[in-house]
Amino acid sequence: MTPGETPAYLPERSRGAALAAQGRLPPERVALVDLLDRLLAGGVVIAGDVVLSIAGIDLVRISLRALLGSVRGTEPFDPLGEPYGRRAAEGPGGGRESEDDLW
Amino acid sequence: MCENHPAAPGGVGQGVYLYAVTYGGEFPRNLLGVMDGMVRQVPHAGLVAHISDVPLDRFGEEPLRRSLEDLTWVEGVARAHHRVVEALAAAGPTAPVRLVTVYIGEEQVRDLLDRRHDAFAEILSHVAGRREWGVKAYLHRETPPPSPVPAAAPGAGADSPGMAYLRRKKENLRGREDLWRAAAERAERLHAELGRVAVASRRHRPQDPQLSGRSESMLLNGAYLVDPAREEEFAAVLDGFRDRFLDVELTGPWAPYSFTSVDLGTDRAGGVR
Repeated sequence: MTPGETPAYLPERSRGAALAAQGRLPPERVALVDLLDRLLAGGVVIAGDVVLSIAGIDLVRISLRALLGSVRGTEPFDPLGEPYGRRAAEGPGGGRESEDDLW
Repeated sequence: MCENHPAAPGGVGQGVYLYAVTYGGEFPRNLLGVMDGMVRQVPHAGLVAHISDVPLDRFGEEPLRRSLEDLTWVEGVARAHHRVVEALAAAGPTAPVRLVTVYIGEEQVRDLLDRRHDAFAEILSHVAGRREWGVKAYLHRETPPPSPVPAAAPGAGADSPGMAYLRRKKENLRGREDLWRAAAERAERLHAELGRVAVASRRHRPQDPQLSGRSESMLLNGAYLVDPAREEEFAAVLDGFRDRFLDVELTGPWAPYSFTSVDLGTDRAGGVR
């Protein structure tokens, strides 16, 4: 076994068992960033009669840009900037797959 | 069902926060949701909506606009939402709805189940019995690029430390760009191969290093809906890509968030991904 670099939830050797047996992480141990990927770009989107849904509307994009700005704490927040634009441009194929995955 | 909050028509400032829709059945009791609201069920037409009350002075549009700029607040809501969805997904097929979907009252929620019954049923049957896995691949930090020609016959001993150092040094001259490109291609192949094992696959955007805490380039942020019978195969594909190009991370199993992003706002549902 090689415990050193391997995350505890992913035993290096146990192949299928690694997936099947590891079970769910307790919700509080899930990384927030992985959670936000899913909660902001996943789930059923219901519009129309909803009082409020942050699904796919500008509200959340704008606010998360602000949020990221405040996390960085340094560079001034640019409300029209793309938080991921820089990385997407560097990314494989220029992030081409991502348009329909935008928040 | 609910004690203190009958549908509350004109209920002053109370909204109904919707977490997920499931089939009927047994559900975890005493589940606490957003702002520690007690989760309750709205059954209708063979479906069940899972909701809790939230104050509209916190979840109205204007307050929310401010709150979403507060990472601590977002995290609290996200984790509460996730906690409820996880508990439901552990009990049976679950269609989570997007974060912060708030209704005026239960009547609206019942109406939703009525009008969108077929769409929810389709979503639930798509995810039933399957689990979502996340796979993230990063460029290995400080990894030497591959040697263009096989340096030695298979079976020959490893390089001595000195030789290995010289070889690495030489190979580094090929530049990080080549390395990056090779790793990116490898990540594409990983995604394609995982996709062949999965029932459905999807890519999320690369994560912002400020949130992920990792500075290496993220080459893949994938989500895969996998049948339990093929999870072993899925893991084997992953293991095959743990090499000097990629640093591969597995997350999950997740409730099927990434495979329920169906827009029910329009007349025609977009279909299940």
